[in-house]
Amino acid sequence: MRVTVIGAGVAGLTCALELAERGVAVEVLERSAQLGASACSWFAGGMLAPWCELESSDPLIARLGAQSIPWWRERFAGTLINGTLVVANGRDAADLTQFAARTGHFEPLASAEIAALEPDLAGRFSQGLYFRDEGHLDPRAALTALAARLGELGVAIRYGLEAPARSPAGRQVVDCTGLAARGQLTDLRGVKGEMLLLRLRELSLSRPVRLLHPRVPVYVVPRPDGLFMVGATMIESDQGTRISARSMLELLSAAYALHPAFGEAEIVEIGTGVRAAFADNLPRLRRHGETLYVNGLYRHGFLIAPALARRAADVVLHGRHFPEVMDADPRQRRLA
Amino acid sequence: MLELYGTSLRSRLLLGSARYPSPAVLTAAVRAARAEVVTVALRRESGGERAGQGFWSIIRGLGVRVLPNTAGCHSVKEAVSTAHMAREVFGTPWIKLEVIGEDDTLQPDVFGLTEAARILCADGFEVFPYTTEDLVVAERLLAAGCRVLMPWGAPIGSGRGLNNLFGLTALRAHFPAVPLIIDAGIGVPSHAARALELGFDAVLINTAIAQAGDPAQMAAAFAQAVEAGRAARLAGPIEPRDLAAPSTPVIGTAFRG
Repeated sequence: MRVTVIGAGVAGLTCALELAERGVAVEVLERSAQLGASACSWFAGGMLAPWCELESSDPLIARLGAQSIPWWRERFAGTLINGTLVVANGRDAADLTQFAARTGHFEPLASAEIAALEPDLAGRFSQGLYFRDEGHLDPRAALTALAARLGELGVAIRYGLEAPARSPAGRQVVDCTGLAARGQLTDLRGVKGEMLLLRLRELSLSRPVRLLHPRVPVYVVPRPDGLFMVGATMIESDQGTRISARSMLELLSAAYALHPAFGEAEIVEIGTGVRAAFADNLPRLRRHGETLYVNGLYRHGFLIAPALARRAADVVLHGRHFPEVMDADPRQRRLA
Repeated sequence: MLELYGTSLRSRLLLGSARYPSPAVLTAAVRAARAEVVTVALRRESGGERAGQGFWSIIRGLGVRVLPNTAGCHSVKEAVSTAHMAREVFGTPWIKLEVIGEDDTLQPDVFGLTEAARILCADGFEVFPYTTEDLVVAERLLAAGCRVLMPWGAPIGSGRGLNNLFGLTALRAHFPAVPLIIDAGIGVPSHAARALELGFDAVLINTAIAQAGDPAQMAAAFAQAVEAGRAARLAGPIEPRDLAAPSTPVIGTAFRG
């Protein structure tokens, strides 16, 4: 069997690798000229945080996320399992209580334990939650590693190619093009996200830190080289061209509230992207003729892509059906 | 029936549309609440006129009346231009007017509010001003042309219920004929029931439903509370008193003595 994967974001590359590892002849087509140039994956946080996501997501996301963590560990050496730390400023203690009530798989921490985990945050927060089994990765390094691994398996990623109008004869197509598939998946919508990359040498964190806030919850993810990713906004918008001043202020204020040292950080990059989502913010594998669409990963791309890729490969190779991510009849899900 | 600017509504529960886990959950909550009016933040949701088409089409698909708001506006000018944008996007003269004066509590700037209300009413808008329980501000808003008032119960999202009971009952008593909708600060259904019992015409709920563990179930609970509170108001509650008032005569019964 020969399969064409369209789109070299995290969904496309995980699907391609899953298929290639199972001995399928795969090629990947990517419309942009280089890896990540038009993928919202490039701007992701890269948090592997299934249990934190329970706060506002369907339990399905936690299940898919928990299944995906071992996949990353086996294939990307940069996958770190250092847990997630969740904190709130004193006046937002109610948010921490509510977060704890809706999630699971964590330990409550007092001030001294927070200091032991993240010495640079010593004395800043009196209570927190520690999700020990969660992880994080650098999305750009991870995409690069997946592309390299595909190369080793003889899979070509052909850049600068749009999806063909018709699927090539004798080939199955796995379409992972996010919002670009909207013409076919009319119930997709865009949710804009904005992020900052800051560089600060004076502070180090070993794990993602989520700072709860009633209006502007923000996370800070440490990256190599003194970089910190601060994200991410969620705005109902199909256009992701620029960051708004308000978002920038909110992201920076949150980083500053986490630690005032961020006031001295260098702003290395401002990124925006548009995530593709269905109305319930849950992913779908949807078949139209010879094409299998893998879409609607919303803000959970790195978290759930491997679990979806496994299912996608089982659908393509064995015709299996996964009711949790496949609609019986796509029209039922369509909003009037 | 509740009448707002000539529109008759069966439901006295208005919903905000922000901060739901997903549009599908929002849809389920609107159905469960049997709400007929949903507010939409033009600014916060999209950051632009044409940007959030996906979300707007979901909102339109709800089949309810849209009450666009000017959330996030801090000046008269911003609020007025956001109102104009909303009129174009949603094709309605209704506008829930918010002019925020203080970012921490999201307390309305009542000075800017009255000014923006005057401008918008003169321009044909039907203005729903988000205000405090202040009587003089209420007078000014009515003089500006508003025919509905939306006093806060407590700061937006605080979930504290009716914070200033005295001020709110005074407002109700002063303006017996003006539709009064408690706009912010409601945390649980009993707060909403209380507002209706006190004679407020409706409540607008966002955070308390959107951020609940199960928003659709919470929406249904609010719908019941609002119905109960309204029915209680119409039924004429008894006055509280300091001493027990036996409901059957007790003098001379076997237990006395």
